[in-house]
Amino acid sequence: MTVALSGDEVAGKLKKKFPGSIVESGADSLLVKSESLLEIAAFLKTAPGLEFDYLDFITSVDYLDYFEVVYQLISIKHNHSLVLKSRCYERENPALPSVVSLWRGADFQEREIYDLMGISFEGHPDLKRIFLWEGFPGHPLRKDFK
Amino acid sequence: MATFNPDLILFNYRAAALPPDWPINYWFHWVVFVIIIIAFALLMVMAFIYLERRGIGRLQIRLGPNRVGPFGILQPVADAIKILIKEDIIPARADKVVHWLAPVVAFTPALMIFAVIPFQDGALLADLNIGILYIVAVSSVGVVGVFMAAWACNNKFSLIGAMRTVAQIVSYEIPMGLAIIGVVLVAGSLSMNQIVTSQNIPFILLQPLGFLIFFLSACAEINRTPFDLMEADSEVVDGYHIEYSGMKFAMFYLAEYVEALAISAIITTLFLGGWKGPLLPPWMWFLIKVVLVFAVMFWVRGTIPRVRVDQLMAFAWKCLLPLALINLFITGIEIIVLPEALPWPIIFLNLAIMAVLVLLWSKLFRLGGGRVEV
Amino acid sequence: MAIKTEPFVVNFGPQHPSTHGVFRMRMTLDGEVVVDMEPVFGYLHRGIEKLAEGRTYTQDIPFTDRMDYLASMTNNFAYVLAAEKLAGVAVPERAEYLRVIMAELQRIASHIIAVGTFLNDCGAFVTPFMYMMREREKILDLFDMVCGQRLTYNYMRIGGVSHDIPEEFMPALDKFIREMPGFIDEYDQLLADNEILLARAKGVGILPKKLAINISASGPVLRASGVNWDIRKVNPYSVYDRFEFDVPLGSAGDSYDRYRVRVQEMRQSVRIIRQAMEQLPEGEVWNRMPLRLRPPAGEAYAHIEAPRGELGFYLVSDHSATPYRFHVRAPTLINLTALRDMIIGWKVADAIIIFGSIDICLGEVDR
Repeated sequence: MTVALSGDEVAGKLKKKFPGSIVESGADSLLVKSESLLEIAAFLKTAPGLEFDYLDFITSVDYLDYFEVVYQLISIKHNHSLVLKSRCYERENPALPSVVSLWRGADFQEREIYDLMGISFEGHPDLKRIFLWEGFPGHPLRKDFK
Repeated sequence: MATFNPDLILFNYRAAALPPDWPINYWFHWVVFVIIIIAFALLMVMAFIYLERRGIGRLQIRLGPNRVGPFGILQPVADAIKILIKEDIIPARADKVVHWLAPVVAFTPALMIFAVIPFQDGALLADLNIGILYIVAVSSVGVVGVFMAAWACNNKFSLIGAMRTVAQIVSYEIPMGLAIIGVVLVAGSLSMNQIVTSQNIPFILLQPLGFLIFFLSACAEINRTPFDLMEADSEVVDGYHIEYSGMKFAMFYLAEYVEALAISAIITTLFLGGWKGPLLPPWMWFLIKVVLVFAVMFWVRGTIPRVRVDQLMAFAWKCLLPLALINLFITGIEIIVLPEALPWPIIFLNLAIMAVLVLLWSKLFRLGGGRVEV
Repeated sequence: MAIKTEPFVVNFGPQHPSTHGVFRMRMTLDGEVVVDMEPVFGYLHRGIEKLAEGRTYTQDIPFTDRMDYLASMTNNFAYVLAAEKLAGVAVPERAEYLRVIMAELQRIASHIIAVGTFLNDCGAFVTPFMYMMREREKILDLFDMVCGQRLTYNYMRIGGVSHDIPEEFMPALDKFIREMPGFIDEYDQLLADNEILLARAKGVGILPKKLAINISASGPVLRASGVNWDIRKVNPYSVYDRFEFDVPLGSAGDSYDRYRVRVQEMRQSVRIIRQAMEQLPEGEVWNRMPLRLRPPAGEAYAHIEAPRGELGFYLVSDHSATPYRFHVRAPTLINLTALRDMIIGWKVADAIIIFGSIDICLGEVDR
């Protein structure tokens, strides 16, 4: 069975290396600050014992105060998974670092989030709309889209 | 079979085996044979279209057309009517004269081939003593029609498709010609009638490698599977006749089947013994053999996947051409060294040589190039 | 003297007899060789994720049918698993076994289309496709018997399945399972070692193992590259841990391996169905929930091994009758990430074959 690692356990390993970047760690997910997202992701990918080499999915949710981007990481070698989350509090031009340099599978998924939710990812090689055409007004999946 | 009986007419002028004297004898002979050839070609093409669709349907465990007429026999008639009443669209900036001429240039050589095919001993339109050379020469003219068709459409994709088709046809003419020369050496004459009469044993046994090479080259010439990538769905460009509709498209479609009929007739004459056979009248043997060859062609079509364009060219130049040259060389040696030998040892020798060569080439030879670094 | 050539751009347009659905590839060709390729999506985008937020959980089940319309049962399965995880609903035993039988039958039917169209692209006219359609028709008749539909089933419900199987289902299924291995052998006989198929598909469009993991590939595409990752084995859901079956793996990651993996998976599905039929218990088939289900606030993610890859649903609930967020992890969209790398350097005809061997379904890519 794929063991879903608890956020607390992983937070314990991260506290020493990245002080202050963990916002909240619950039993099933780990919430980190958006500035340190890329470093933490790189650490999670390569650290022995963790080695999350497979990005299961990225998605975004629009809670009206903030946008939350959810990553599920899986390690094929150890057969465990982790849910990583990060939030953006801006409404107009939310931005997050892109993880395409670590996991190429994020390519189309980040474009989809940009297209439908409006969150842009810095460092993405080709961030443009994927399903809707250029010039489409607005981002449909937002709760305040008309 | 749906052709009429030339036996009755032929009894009247057996002497037509020799070039008839001018004037009335010749014109009578000419008219009769033109009618026979046109009737034969058109009716057999309709029969072939029907046979192919039913045959491929049965190979694919489905029924094939069976609504129009009893057992669907009138299906080709329905297709012909449909194509005839379609609107004839000419692209706006096309070259009108070339557009009109192209189907004619593509279709006519295919029909002209039948002038030298013997239906019975001495029953040909013209017993040329360069029969097979005439066939090779005339069929090459069809290539010009293909290119004219693409040029006249003013469509760059059609032009690319035509260039690939022309490359394919021209590449496969060479092994085809060399395979024919093997038969000519054994028969001792270029005349088609002579080739048939000298076949006491069908040449397929004496020239097995030649038959294989000729059959594959001929399938490639007439764009049939496994070499039909010009009309395939999985290519970007859909062939040189993409812009044609109506009767002109029908001419291209007919030309494809008339060429298939012509190739079947040529294979029958060169390798299977033409009209020879016991019991039944000779023209009936001829028809049976032609239908048999065509059955093998559409059987292959329904079974095997198609090759890619670079694999196609590699197959012609690296595989068929050397094999054809070796075949010619060996046939030449056999003729010179063992002219009086009994046929059976020669047959076994040839079959053994063919098996060895085919195995050798399939082991050493890789089909086509691979990935190109960009 | 070298001939000056220049590359030109060709649209492998949305309308084409060979792209499986409305998909557009802008290819830059240099002669016959593909130099660059850019996929363009969105021609079938219907906004399912947004639409689902306005409907109740049960009303969303037909939406899932229409995403990957060639494998509707497994779509339903993944969604109801996620909804049950969110709501904490138990499923009766008989329903679990029925779900497994339907999912594996659906896997066979979907692979039939995948393999048939792949061979069609290779040029084998439509002969293998026609032979395989004969079996798919039998599977669709079985589905028709159970839920009355042949393509978009809407069969599974939150808490079970909607109808029990009728009496004539088991004998028909038994007959089908007994004959199927023979039919798979029939298809294999002419094609597995065919020279021309090997020349067209072996070594073509290689996806190396490291790249496959990096792009989050899943399903037959991942396993053909040699990675032993099948959700039914590594993270068993429903009752899959009670069955014995193998996971076919490829070694080279080329189009031929993807084709072989799918054919072997069909055989393994037959094995699973046979075991499920023997172990099928009696009982109810639906743990009835209120139709306007209001699960507690929270989130849940459930994934299954669909025929095309790892299909997952991420649901967020705010204790109302409609989901707050409905996200689909579409396997085919993610598998296409490496399409550019796989196609560059090959010829146009190979591009179709490579694209066909990934086996996408546009309804799922675009949602």
